[in-house]
Amino acid sequence: MDIDTLVEPALSGPIDFDAPFIEQRRLDPVTDGAPFVIELTQFSGPLDLLLALIRDEQVDIYDIPIARIAEQFLAHIHMLQLDQAADYLEMAARLLRIKAQMLLPRNELDDAWEDPRAELVRRLLEYQQMREVVDVLERLGEERRGRFARAYVPQQVAPPMAPLALSLAELLSAIDRVLRVAKEPIIHDVIARPLDVDGAIDTVRAVLALRETARWRDVCPPSSQPWQVLSALLALLELARRGELRLAQLAPFASVLISRESASQAA
Amino acid sequence: MNPLARLLEAALFASARPIPLDELAALDSDVSPAALQSALDELRETYDTAGHGVELVEVGGGWQILTRAEYTEAIERAQLAARPHRLSGASLETLAIIAYRQPIGRAEIEEIRGVGVGSVLKSLHERGLIDVVGRAEGVGRPLLYGTTPIFLEQFALRHLEELPRADELAIALRTVASGPTAVQAT
Repeated sequence: MDIDTLVEPALSGPIDFDAPFIEQRRLDPVTDGAPFVIELTQFSGPLDLLLALIRDEQVDIYDIPIARIAEQFLAHIHMLQLDQAADYLEMAARLLRIKAQMLLPRNELDDAWEDPRAELVRRLLEYQQMREVVDVLERLGEERRGRFARAYVPQQVAPPMAPLALSLAELLSAIDRVLRVAKEPIIHDVIARPLDVDGAIDTVRAVLALRETARWRDVCPPSSQPWQVLSALLALLELARRGELRLAQLAPFASVLISRESASQAA
Repeated sequence: MNPLARLLEAALFASARPIPLDELAALDSDVSPAALQSALDELRETYDTAGHGVELVEVGGGWQILTRAEYTEAIERAQLAARPHRLSGASLETLAIIAYRQPIGRAEIEEIRGVGVGSVLKSLHERGLIDVVGRAEGVGRPLLYGTTPIFLEQFALRHLEELPRADELAIALRTVASGPTAVQAT
C-alpha cells in the first residue's frame, strides 16, 4: 500500500464541510451566548454524557462500575475535544475521586460505610427526571409552536390631533389670560467672579511686612465674600509652598498662626 | 351563536394575548361567570363542529384563538406568519428545572444541570418565559426565578399543575421509593 491510497479516500469527492468530526451544536447567539460552552448535539452537559455512557454500557445506575465509566468519560472528553470545558473537567475530577474512594479497603460489615457513588447517583437520577420533563415540555412547546395566535399588536401611535375649533379672538384672550396669571420669571444673574489670588498674596505680604505673625482674620476680614475667603486661603497655601511663610495650628480648631519665614525675610 | 359568544369572539379576535376570565367578564357587567363559561364553550363548540380554521384554547389562565395546526405549514410557506424559534436543549432543561422547583436560584439549577446557566437564564428572561420572583435568604441573597404566564402560553398549559406531577415521572418514583435502599444494597 503506497502513500497515495492512504490519502486518496479523503480527497475523493467534494470535501463535505457540513459533516464535521465534532458536531458542534449550532450555537444560537441569542439563546446560548456563552462564549466557550461547547455543546455537542448529543450532550447538554457532563451529566448527560455520563448518562449516555451508563446507557451504552448497559450498567445499573445504582451500581456503576466507576473505574470503567470514569475511563470512558475521560476518553470521550478527549475525543470530543471538550477538555477546555470546565464543567466536564469538574465531573472528570469527581469521577476519579470516587474511583479512588472505591479502592480504599473497607470492612464489609461496617454499617457506617457510605457508598461514595451515592451522591453521584442522586444527581444522575435527578437529572434524568428533569430530562423527562424536558421531553414533555418539548412536545407541548412543539404543539403550541405549530399554531398561530393573533399577531396583531395595537399600534402605540398618538391619535391624530383634532382640528382646532377656535376663533382668533378666543385664542388672543386665552393668551392674555395666561400672561396675566403667569408670574414674572426669576432670572438669576450669574456673574463670573474669578478668584483674586495674586491680590490676596499682596495683602498677605503687606500684613507680614508689618508684623512677624498674623492670624487668619488679619488677612481675611469677617465681612469677606466667599471668593475673597477662597483667594486668601489659596494665597496662604501658595506662599507656604514657596516658603515665604509658615502655617501652624497649635490646637485642633484653634486659629491658624501665620508666621513670616525667616529665610524669606533674609532674602 | 348567542350574542355573548359573538362578543367574546370579537374581543378574543382583537387581543394578541390570552384574555383571562375576569377580563372577559368586564366586557358585559350583567353577565354571570356561568353564562360566560357557557358562552366560551359555545364558541369553542362552534369552531370545532362548524369547520373553522381556528380554535379556541385555554392557556396560561386565559382564552385565546389559535390557528389549527394543519394550516401552519401553508401559512409559514406564504410568509404570513413565522413560528417562534425553538428553544435550545439547554434552555429547555433550565426551564424544566425552574418550572418544577420554583422559586429556585441559579446555583441550584447549575447543580442539577451540571453546567453554568448564566446566559441561558438571561435568554429565558429576555423571552419572558421566566422572571425574578424574589430573593433567597442567606449569603448574597441570590435571585430566585419562576415561570411567567408567557411560559404557560407558549407551552399551551392552563396552569402549572398540568405538567406531570413529580411522582408521575418514571424516574422520580425510583428516586423516592427504591433509590436510597438500592444504593445501600450495593
